[in-house]
Amino acid sequence: MSLDKATVRRIATLARIEVPDADLGTVAEQLSGIMGWIEQLKEVNTDNVAPMSGGTDLKLPWRKDEVTDGDKVDQVLANAPDGHDGFFTVPKVVE
Amino acid sequence: MSYILKGETGDWEVVIGLEVHAQVISKAKLFSGASADFGAGPNEHVSFIDAGMPGMLPVINERCVEQAVRTGLGLKAQINKRSVFARKNYFYADLPQGYQISQYDQPIVGEGTLVLDLADGSTRAIGIERLHLEQDAGKSIHDMHGTKSFIDLNRAGVALMEIVSKPDLRSPEEVGAYLKKMRSILRYLGTCDGNMEEGSMRCDANVSVRPVGATELRTRCEIKNVNSVRFVMQAVEYEARRHVDVYESGGKIDQETRLYDSNKGETRTMRSKEMAHDYRYFPDPDLQPLEFDDAFVESIRKTLPELPDDKKARFISAYGLSAYDADVLVSERENGEFFEVVAKGRDAKQAANWVNTNLFAVLNKKGLSIAESPVSAANLGRLLDLIADNTISGRQAKELFEAMVETGKDADVLVSELGLKQMTDTSAIEAAVDQVLAANTEKVEQFRAGKEQVLGWFVGQVMKATQGKANPATCSDLLRKKLAS
Amino acid sequence: MTELTSFTIAQARDRLLRKEFSALELTEAHLASMERNKDFNAFITTTPELARERAKASDERIAAGKAGALEGIPLGIKDLFCTEGVMTTAASHILDAFTPRYESTVSQKLRDAGSVMLGKMNLDEFAMGSSNITSYYGPVKNPWKAKGGSNADLVPGGSSGGSSAAVSGHLVMGATGTDTGGSIRQPAAFTGIVGVKPTYGRCSRWGVVAFASSLDQAGPMTRTVRDAAIMLKVMCGHDAKDSTSSQMAVPDFEAVLGQGVKGLRIGIPKEYRPDGLNAEVDALWNKGIGWLQDAGATIVDISLPHTKYALPTYYIVAPAEASSNLARYDGVRFGLRQDGKSLDDMYAKTRAAGFGAEVKRRILIGTYVLSAGYYDAYYLKAQKVRALIAKDFTDAFKKCDAILTPTAPTAAFAIGEKMDDPVAMYLNDVFTVPASLAGIPGASVPAGLTAEGLPLGLQVLTKSWDEETMFRVCQTLEESAQFPTLGAL
Ligand SMILES: [Mg+2]
Ligand SMILES: [Zn+2]
Repeated sequence: MSLDKATVRRIATLARIEVPDADLGTVAEQLSGIMGWIEQLKEVNTDNVAPMSGGTDLKLPWRKDEVTDGDKVDQVLANAPDGHDGFFTVPKVVE
Repeated sequence: MSYILKGETGDWEVVIGLEVHAQVISKAKLFSGASADFGAGPNEHVSFIDAGMPGMLPVINERCVEQAVRTGLGLKAQINKRSVFARKNYFYADLPQGYQISQYDQPIVGEGTLVLDLADGSTRAIGIERLHLEQDAGKSIHDMHGTKSFIDLNRAGVALMEIVSKPDLRSPEEVGAYLKKMRSILRYLGTCDGNMEEGSMRCDANVSVRPVGATELRTRCEIKNVNSVRFVMQAVEYEARRHVDVYESGGKIDQETRLYDSNKGETRTMRSKEMAHDYRYFPDPDLQPLEFDDAFVESIRKTLPELPDDKKARFISAYGLSAYDADVLVSERENGEFFEVVAKGRDAKQAANWVNTNLFAVLNKKGLSIAESPVSAANLGRLLDLIADNTISGRQAKELFEAMVETGKDADVLVSELGLKQMTDTSAIEAAVDQVLAANTEKVEQFRAGKEQVLGWFVGQVMKATQGKANPATCSDLLRKKLAS
Repeated sequence: MTELTSFTIAQARDRLLRKEFSALELTEAHLASMERNKDFNAFITTTPELARERAKASDERIAAGKAGALEGIPLGIKDLFCTEGVMTTAASHILDAFTPRYESTVSQKLRDAGSVMLGKMNLDEFAMGSSNITSYYGPVKNPWKAKGGSNADLVPGGSSGGSSAAVSGHLVMGATGTDTGGSIRQPAAFTGIVGVKPTYGRCSRWGVVAFASSLDQAGPMTRTVRDAAIMLKVMCGHDAKDSTSSQMAVPDFEAVLGQGVKGLRIGIPKEYRPDGLNAEVDALWNKGIGWLQDAGATIVDISLPHTKYALPTYYIVAPAEASSNLARYDGVRFGLRQDGKSLDDMYAKTRAAGFGAEVKRRILIGTYVLSAGYYDAYYLKAQKVRALIAKDFTDAFKKCDAILTPTAPTAAFAIGEKMDDPVAMYLNDVFTVPASLAGIPGASVPAGLTAEGLPLGLQVLTKSWDEETMFRVCQTLEESAQFPTLGAL
């Protein structure tokens, strides 16, 4: 399985990681190496095997509908790189 | 009564599917203990979980599960005793975790039905495809700063039910009826307050058109987040017309997401055209599958209220109401309940008439809900009793009702305060009749000569003489008797 | 006071209660050791003042007869555990200056038991690595050196490399680790200490920076098996804030020590002895088998047929989950932010600057295997193979009570080796990853030295929730091996 530059650019955009054009080739090569090694899974017969999707088969616990959290704007915003008046901020989004 | 778009090449029909996002009524959020209430200051209803802080984990709110099952039962839908939460991955300013916890291929509720009540009294069943639970996103505010958008996460993590219809709707009218019916059912169930203006119920519409008679579906466009029933109807109408115009001029429709501009009355492509979405759904490893047993479902089923369709059928069969009157009365649970108190042991059609006509006119004018009605159901019932036992006349009843609306006082109190009692003393009415006949011999002659209409004039005179307290029927009877003698 | 750093946790616990020395003295001795051994780079953040404060409070509780299970014991906390008011970095630039306003459940439990945190331990960035060379804060040095030959600095293993180095070098008495594919067991083996990954669901993940949610488990790293049992008991237990946390009662792991292995059936999986297995590793494994046999255990040959597919399965599952877990590092609510001309540009620049090469590589792989058109071929396939791997263990545990294998295919290597071949680096975890995928408990016990004098570990695996049997086997190995622990440095 070999990944081309265009594929790397597409997944890097999906993952929101800027990859300079000059690096696309190297990254494509590295990822292709890893994906090539992963290809061996194709050998395994998994017909009629139910996928294991989590780490546990414990029953999902439910909690009561009670307000037990919130009302801590200062703590929630304490680490914000650019908080303003109780809000987080981002570069202006045009819709 | 089908909705056809006329074109130069022929007739077109519109195919519409709706996705309703209904905010679940619960105290706390779907996966955190922060409050789900509206109206707090920025980021006040936010926990570290809602803010997507490192190491934070979701734990599901049982109330939200119950509410989804309850809604599924209300839509007569398949309840899935095992469903799976999946992560829908995308980046956006108001999505703190970088993914929305939603349900993908295994939702909590499967196929169901919603019955439309159309204006001409007919009904039509619309298929429900699925209902799933998911988190709401936060809010971006774009007008507080020149170069920044401000982010408030109070809504982030609030439980939503996404209810997806099959593409069964065929006109803007049906779209309106669907949304009204959906809202009505959700309110009956107490699972969502259905307030579109506040955003607790939001609607996306998928619209496509095809030549009448065609069976294949053409490319659809999704119109996002329209915030009133009327606007959804307008948006669908505009969008359908746009599709017909494009096809007829030889163009092609691109599958895309569009916004409805209610000021201009048109839809447009979302300007920030994102690259093709690839949500990379996968089962959320922080949450095992959601599972419950039949007993859980049955315990909820037992507490379901009578729903609009059943109530309507009962109102028609038990009370003899028209489909129209029944529709109006069942549209809100409280209306039906009010009506039934008024109708109990009384003339049900008369009760329906008073509620639907007189009471609703007043409430509409004053902008009040039925819960805020200045006239209680018991008091309106009492008014009907006073008519029935001839204590007051129909005309007096209207006067009494107005006084009840203005003062909020009991019917009986107002009857005596306003001196509205009908005269029941026949001798007093007889005296008045004699007086009127004596004073108008000329008219008496006319009547005896065969001019029957004069009787009405005499009744009016007697009523006047008794300050309206005489029962008109009694007056009329007495007059006939005297004039005949 | 150097000898204070040579005690085990169990020894120090008893002596503190007998007031032979104070918690403050014990803490000061370790702070001094940290100062002397700064060049290990085992800590990202040190908290000496906080430590003295907590040690004094411990002395008060000891005086009042209210000592907790780890009262006054100086510990290191892997910098993947969020600690209230103390910077938490996951060894990543992207968490620049992040100071949580909350404490992870596990570190809170350790605090509540009276332990004294000395600081936050270095690790591979976001716990992604096997050598601690991917840390934004620089590599950690293994306190062990090869005899003769080069004097090269060796890796301490990873990702819990700061923890393993500090425990091995007596900078702390114990440390927390996290293990996603071997990140407790492999560094324990590389530094000659004990590392325990309990059953998935034993330790709460709440407040631990997530790498791969279905695999991440916290566990103790100590110099003795008894210390690991003491520490693990404090760390685990049900947490209502983690939906994958078990409600199972927590056994007294220390109580089973001394029960030995008589009558236990020990499984030896043939797939862990591939052609070309390092001869010294192979020999040590045989020695371990002999020790257990001598102690009265029965040895049974078992097969775990899907073993060779565990690593490629892991390198789909873990990056996929990581690509989603690490989406929250976006420059908006905490951590690093790089300006951009639009929202997406800000995201892309922040994440490009904030993540290191290995983390980016894994995010990209994870994004790829989940993306439209590839999900079934990779992610779904991997989940199915994972189910087969788990079933291998279920079948095996019908024939045996515990499984013995080597922990890692080699001893510690030099910093700078294997750097440019990701797959070669991934092979470090070939023996630890299967148990992670199956969710079963596993421990590494130091069992011998290579000819160059470097530590090697043996791994003990048991079925889920049976850490007690695991501890019994570990202790027998420990007693038989008489491993020459490093002295206080
Ligand atoms: Mg949708
Ligand atoms: Zn949705």
